[in-house]
Parts: sequence; structure tokens; C-alpha cells
Amino acid sequence: MTAVENPVVALDPEEARRLRNARLERIGRWLLPLIIMALAIFLWDRICVWNGIPQYILPRPGVVLKTLVNDAGLLFGSLLVTLKITFLGLALAVIGGVGLAVLFTQSKWVEMSFFPFAVVLQVTPIVAIFPLINIYVDNQTAKLLLCAWIVAFFPILSNTTLGLNSVDRNLLDLFRLNGATRWQELWHLRLPAAMPYFLGGLKIAGGLSLIGAVVAEFVAGASGQSSGLASRIIEAGYRLNAPRLFAALILISLTGIVIFLVLSLVSHLALRRWHESALKQER
Amino acid sequence: MSDGAPLLVMNNVGKTFSNGVTALDGVNLTIREGDFVSLLGPSGCGKSTALRLIAGLSMPTTGRLEWRKAVGDDCVGFVFQEPTLLPWASVFDNVWLPLRLRGVSRKEAAPVVGELLERVHLSGFENAVPRELSGGMKMRVSIARGLVTKPRVLLMDEPFAALDEITRFKLNNDLLELWQDERFTVVFVTHSVFESVFLSNRIVVMAARPGRVHDEIAIDAAYPRDDSFRTSPDYAALCRQASDVLVEAINSTRGAAA
Repeated sequence: MTAVENPVVALDPEEARRLRNARLERIGRWLLPLIIMALAIFLWDRICVWNGIPQYILPRPGVVLKTLVNDAGLLFGSLLVTLKITFLGLALAVIGGVGLAVLFTQSKWVEMSFFPFAVVLQVTPIVAIFPLINIYVDNQTAKLLLCAWIVAFFPILSNTTLGLNSVDRNLLDLFRLNGATRWQELWHLRLPAAMPYFLGGLKIAGGLSLIGAVVAEFVAGASGQSSGLASRIIEAGYRLNAPRLFAALILISLTGIVIFLVLSLVSHLALRRWHESALKQER
Repeated sequence: MSDGAPLLVMNNVGKTFSNGVTALDGVNLTIREGDFVSLLGPSGCGKSTALRLIAGLSMPTTGRLEWRKAVGDDCVGFVFQEPTLLPWASVFDNVWLPLRLRGVSRKEAAPVVGELLERVHLSGFENAVPRELSGGMKMRVSIARGLVTKPRVLLMDEPFAALDEITRFKLNNDLLELWQDERFTVVFVTHSVFESVFLSNRIVVMAARPGRVHDEIAIDAAYPRDDSFRTSPDYAALCRQASDVLVEAINSTRGAAA
């Protein structure tokens, strides 16, 4: 009787448990990592105190935070330099990766001929190539950009190529039946179909581009020409300024996380209406 | 119904794939204007291959396929077994697509697309994307897309095979209604005896290995046909007749293989 009168449907124990679990899971997804993180920081602080570790070896979290605030001008200036390289590198990787992928799908022969070169570029460690780049390229920014680009473009290229090629055969037939040109097939069919794959590649490339930029700065920074975050780290290392080293490190990590989150959001917004990956699961 | 002028003549048509499989052998078939022809047969009898040949998606290895009327680009519409819609595009955009590929703007296409969506009972769903639709509704979009260029021939490759029976009956009725109003020609591939008898004025029964035409059955029952035809004794008799021929065709295959 109560089930009829009550607007809220009475749940059986199984469904009630399921609902409770879902609720807990939603909260836990945010809360748990935060608690663990806070615990780790607290432990870090205690270990410093208990063992009397000097600041130039392991600074306490509070000191790192203070340094982050005090050196903000210097650090954020450097972050800006690194960010510029990262985003320009990523933009070039998108243009290069998508452009090459489109070229590859226009002709199997082109793909067969050039894909191995892309793989070679990808598997050779960037640190090993850099001395060569250092010799051939004079401009400092161009050097770093080239590095970030080499590291970031491959996931975009390989993912987009895969996406452009995994089009429903029947849809291709439909386009042929309707006399579609190559350009129409690309624009109305292949590119939208490749979107989820491309966005997956972009998410990986965003992080890689940052890594590429930082690594390049490291190698270039050894000769004292760079002003990005990596050179701050090297400098701080030489001076045994561990707090600043940690502060710079944290900034790099945070940047990577933010890049990943932003690209995930972009991906979700672009696909939410139609792609399985962006849909809520229905029971 | 089948006294229309010949539209397409297949003369001794055969198709052998590069892997050595002979999908079709010596097929003679005439499609007349206004026909509703079903190609009925077991799997592997080459009925889908025949449809692809007619569509021009594939070339015959032997024989000739002749269009008797001067027909342009727009002569053929195709409906696949799956709805085969663009998952990112709205219902309107999906139906508009064939026209769009011919350079027709959204504005010019709007009245045609709107009218067709009304005919397939999808008015009000213009802005939905395929995943928001049921299987039957997706198939309706697919049919509307096949008809949007006003083709002379609509080719359908087991379009309702994946649908439940209730939805299939409904779509059968609606398809017949569309066909009677618009007077296009239909070539309909199916493996369902009941569906082919209900829909067509001619059934071409095919046999497998190699794919060939076994026999033709004329279905003389008058149109319009509706649900009352489905339960009539005539329909039952015709289904039995078609079933017998189909069994014959299947047995002939077995004989050939032994």
C-alpha cells in the first residue's frame, strides 16, 4: 500500500544497496585520492622532522609551498616559457599528425612508403637526437619546438590514421553510390569518423609535448641558453636549492595534469552526443 | 504490375571473386519498371552480390547488365542491412546526405527531406542523433535517405532482418504504401519467405554454390495489401508455394555438392 501512496518508489534491498554503493563510489572517486595525497604530504613532513633531514636534501612541504610563493615571479615566468613551447609543439603536432594521416589515407602507397620513417622518429630517444638538432638548428625556440614536435606528433599521426581507415565499409559504398568526391568523402565521412581516435591521440600528445619541451630544455639548458622550468631545476640542483627544485617539479606536474584534464574535457564535449566512450552507461 | 517496360536486363551474368569463389553464375533476370522483385534464397546464393552488381558497386565477371532506359546518376537508392547512418549527424543531416553530396544546400533540401521524414513517420525527430532512436526508427531514416534522390530503383539488402517481428510488419506495410504512392521499382533481398510473399509481385528464388536463379514465382495477389492479406488463405497458399520452391532450390544445391 505504501508503495502506491508514496511517490518515492520503494526499493528492494538489492537495488537499495546498489544505489548506496553508486553514491559512495561517486564520493570516493574524489575523496580517496585527496585523503591519500594529504596523508602522503603529512608523512613526508613527519619524516623530515623525525629524522632531522636538512632542507637542502629534503625540504618540508611547508618550505616548498613558501618557496613557490616567494619565487612565484621567477618560476611562473619560466613556466610561461615552457608552456609556450609545449602548446606550439602540440599545435604543430596536430597540424603535422593530421596532415600526414590525411595524406596516408589518400594513398596506400604513400602510407607504405612513409609510415616506417614516422616509426623511426618515434622510437629513437629524443635525448639522443638532440645533439644533432643542436648542431643543425641555431634558433633556440626552433630547437625546443622541434623536440616537442617529434615527441608529440606520433600518437596523433598513428591514431588519426587508424581512425580515418576504420570507416564503416557500407558508408563508404553509400558515398561511392552517391558520386562523392575524395574531398567530400574525407570531409563528411572520414574526418568525423576519425574524431574519437584523434582526440585519444591528442590526450596522449598533450602530455608528451610537455615532456618533450622539458627534456629539450634540459639538454639545451646544460649550455645555459634556456629560461624554461627545466633550466630552473638544473640551476636549483647546482645550488643545492632543493625547495625551489621541488617547487618547479610540482609546477611541471600540475601543468601536465591540467593539460590532460582540459583535453579530456574537450574530448568529452566533442563526442558526448554520439560516441560510446562519452556516454553514460545505462542499465 | 509486372507488365511495365523492362528497366534492367541481366544477361548471363556471372561473378567470380579473386579468391576463386564463384558467387553468381549465368544469371538471367529482367527487372521491369514498377516491379517489386524479391531475391529469395539461402545464404551464399549470391543475392547480395547481385544487388551490388545492379548498384554498380561491383563489376560482373561474365555477361552483361543492361539498363534499358537512359538513367542518370540518381537512378539507384540503396538500403543496407544495417541502418548505416552517420552516428554524429542528426536525422535531418543523414537524410540530406545524398543530396548534399550532389551540391544541394540545406535550405533547398529542407522541403524534400521534411516531406520524406513525414512519409516514414519521423516528423519531429529531425534533430535526434541515431543513437537516440530505436532500431526500427533508424531503418526508417535509412529508407528515407535511400529515397531522397527520387531514385528509379530502390535496392534493399535484407533491410529488416535485424528487427523484431512486430516492427518488421509495420515497416513492411509502410514500405508498400510508399511504393504504391511513389511508383519506384524495388529489388528486395531477403531470406524470409513470408516477407517476400507479402511484399513482392515477383519472387526470384536463388540457389547456392554457385549462386544462380532457380525459379521465378509470380505473386498475383492484388495491391494494396495490408494486415488482412497477412491472415488470408491466399497468402498462406502462396507462402506454401514459395516455400516448396525454396526447398527445391536448397535441395538442388545439396545434389550439386554431393
